[in-house]
Amino acid sequence: MTTDTTTKDTAPGAHAPGETVLDARGVTMRFGGLTAVRNVDLTVNSGEIVGLIGPNGAGKTTFFNCLTGLYIPTEGEVRYKGKILPSQSFKVTAAGVARTFQNIRLFANMTVLENVLVGRHTRTKEGLWSALLRGPGFKKAEKASEERAMELLEFIGLAAKRDHLARNLPYGEQRKLEIARALASEPGLLLLDEPTAGMNPQETRATEELVFAIRDMGIAVLVIEHDMRFIFNLCDRVAVLVQGEKLVEGDSATVQGDDRVVAAYLGEPYEDAPGQAEVAEVEAAEAQADAAPRKETDR
Amino acid sequence: MTTQTNTSRTPAAKEPTGNNAGLIGIPPHIGRALATGGGILTIISTFLAWTWTDEFPGDLTYYGYPGGLQVLVLIGGLLTTLFALASYGIKGLRWLTPAGADSAIKLAALAAFATAWYTVIAISAQLGGLANLEPGGWVAAVATLAAVLGALSLPFERPAPDPFDPEDTSWEQFRHKARHTGTVIKAAFAAGTTKPARKLPPYAEILIIVAALALGLTVFTYGIGTEYDELFVGFLITTGFGFAAAAKAGLVNRVSALTGKHRNVTMLGAFVAAAAFPFTQSNDQYATIGVYILIFATVALGLNIVVGLAGLLDLGYVAFLGVGAYTAAMVSGSPSSPFDIHLPFWAAALLGAAVAMVFGVLIGAPTLRLRGDYLAIVTLGFGEIFRITVLNADGTSGPDITNGSNGISSIPNLNILGFDFGQEHTIAGFTIARFANYFLLMLLITLVVVVVFRRSGDSRIGRAWVAIREDETAALAMGINGFRVKLIAFALGAALAGLAGSVQAHVTYTVTPEQYQFAHVVPPNSAFLLAAVVLGGMGTISGPLVGAALLYLIPAKLQFLGNYQLLAFGLALVLLMRFRPEGLIPNRRRQLEFHEEAEAPTVLSKAGA
Repeated sequence: MTTDTTTKDTAPGAHAPGETVLDARGVTMRFGGLTAVRNVDLTVNSGEIVGLIGPNGAGKTTFFNCLTGLYIPTEGEVRYKGKILPSQSFKVTAAGVARTFQNIRLFANMTVLENVLVGRHTRTKEGLWSALLRGPGFKKAEKASEERAMELLEFIGLAAKRDHLARNLPYGEQRKLEIARALASEPGLLLLDEPTAGMNPQETRATEELVFAIRDMGIAVLVIEHDMRFIFNLCDRVAVLVQGEKLVEGDSATVQGDDRVVAAYLGEPYEDAPGQAEVAEVEAAEAQADAAPRKETDR
Repeated sequence: MTTQTNTSRTPAAKEPTGNNAGLIGIPPHIGRALATGGGILTIISTFLAWTWTDEFPGDLTYYGYPGGLQVLVLIGGLLTTLFALASYGIKGLRWLTPAGADSAIKLAALAAFATAWYTVIAISAQLGGLANLEPGGWVAAVATLAAVLGALSLPFERPAPDPFDPEDTSWEQFRHKARHTGTVIKAAFAAGTTKPARKLPPYAEILIIVAALALGLTVFTYGIGTEYDELFVGFLITTGFGFAAAAKAGLVNRVSALTGKHRNVTMLGAFVAAAAFPFTQSNDQYATIGVYILIFATVALGLNIVVGLAGLLDLGYVAFLGVGAYTAAMVSGSPSSPFDIHLPFWAAALLGAAVAMVFGVLIGAPTLRLRGDYLAIVTLGFGEIFRITVLNADGTSGPDITNGSNGISSIPNLNILGFDFGQEHTIAGFTIARFANYFLLMLLITLVVVVVFRRSGDSRIGRAWVAIREDETAALAMGINGFRVKLIAFALGAALAGLAGSVQAHVTYTVTPEQYQFAHVVPPNSAFLLAAVVLGGMGTISGPLVGAALLYLIPAKLQFLGNYQLLAFGLALVLLMRFRPEGLIPNRRRQLEFHEEAEAPTVLSKAGA
């Protein structure tokens, strides 16, 4: 409880804070007649953790896929550090935007170390010939890659399991490994798609610390999450996506205080003259869903 | 080892029908004695005459000198006896059974039994009646039967009985019972976990590897050299059960741990053992088989880069072998080649590889955008397009390049630095004839392919291939240019096949379009190549080599089955894939994929990749 406030205050960041890392303008994604994402603007500044929330089917993951080149947005553009992001996902990663997946997509039959080494792919150059000829340059590069990968494994606390197969890791460690794999590509912006899905409170807490530590490395973070407590603890700014459109954007207090957000999640009881019972219901839900606001007011 | 004998004796003696009784209701200590005695008697029986006439091939009429099939039975008997004695905890034999002896005894006894009974039945059937058996044959039959009965009565951990639902139909009950019987039999032959090896000095470990390789060479040479069908069938039975026994005893695990530790020594040793093969043969006929196996195996290993590492199912791979062979043939100075060029071999081989690589890129560029089944179908199509194009480029239906269905014939023998590959040479007292020359040359090519496979697999690009195979979307999101990396795998595989093809052209004298079909009775063709990779083990080096050797030898040696040859072959493949889908020599990764429930070794050592 105390840690999060202190880290927020002392966020150093490698880049000058306030520099725009990601700038998505008017992103629209249509699948045939269905508009999954409509005209969404979003910016992420360096040294910032931005949350993206919304009910199921709001288009959060579609928006993510637009950012990472998995989908090409029907309209709008996405800029990373001023340059328009290319439309293929491997080029997006090479440009400096790494991501994790909602359903863990590790290379299950590769070892922990190999998974991270695959993440190093864009930052290394050795082609087939150097692999076949095995010159000194190849060995040096392999060694450097391995050292960097081991640093990352130390960072997430999986160094002891370097030779385990990824499939044999417990769930929480698989999530961590996916983050390490993404970090191995030395991104300037990390996109996390529901990093705490299926985790118990302790693991969620550990992930929170991990995200703060990543932010302190100077990497901006954009995170999709359903766990409100997690998101409001973590994020400097939160954007709410409902039915493909951005509803609200602002700091935790603003978003939590916004009636439309509550309505989007719980239905719309207050539209036509809310009865006493309905008001009580909304208040109860607010109190239950968000224990975080009290922290905010405490401060 | 000792613990196992103890536990098996004490509780089983008190409660013979208990939870770990043997498959047959003989008390275990009697069974063990029976197995040992049967084994010894089997050994003795092989020194007796089994039949009175030398009409049965192999001449089994001598006393004191086992011949042909008797030698195989002798090996089976020896294995049974050794494992049985080891199970008594006799000092000096315990190293034989690091994973427990009982399953090994069962399989070794089955090896002796099946071979002996096969022989006895073959003698009776061929010579017309049991009267043709001499006492030795009877002794062998009885001794092996006793050994099997004894071995099967050895105790094992029975799985918990699985009661069926009384409301099931009788058919469901039958199926349920059958399934349970299956698990019981499986448990009867289950191996224990291999106990960790004692620390040995490195030279001893290397000696063990050398011994294992020498054994491998001996077995392989024996198999190639089997002169009559009965002997080859006996050889298959004995080696099959014998290898299974060694595996159940934990010896295979031991040796593979050692070879994983000393990979370079193993590779060098295997290479030397293979190079020694032509020197062990007096007849060039077997070197012929050897060189065809090597060509087949090399191409299969090249395909393993594409299929095993990068996970691209290529059904037209043999076309690249054809491209290499045709290229080499056209620049070989053959009179039926449209070009009047005669390049030295190194240039022809490089040209063959380069042209095949160009074709690989040309075919790969449009097709590799597809995934999975679609890729397989398109490559199948391109493979056939190659063959039909070559068939039609004969001067009448197309330009005169390939001489159509007659192919390019009279390809001259290679001559490297004055060494004429068509001539016999005498090296250190050994005569090395034409095919043996090519065998040694082909072995060098195989070595190149092995090195390429190993080095490319264990690198940035190799990891990218495996990542693409595992999850293409995630691999792309990790910054891997999937198309480019797949194209590299495809082109590299094509170039290696082209390299092998450039030697093949000289070995076969003639290249014709018929050699490069999708499916054909004689390997190599795309179907057989893929079968060799899958059968041997995807993603390993030794897998395709072993798979190719088996796939070449078995059809070649089972000619006597006539029309049923392919049927038997197909049946064997289906059974193998049912019971060992990861292949004979599995990649550790693959093994885990197919046997998720098995006690997975959580740590993957370098040796597995």
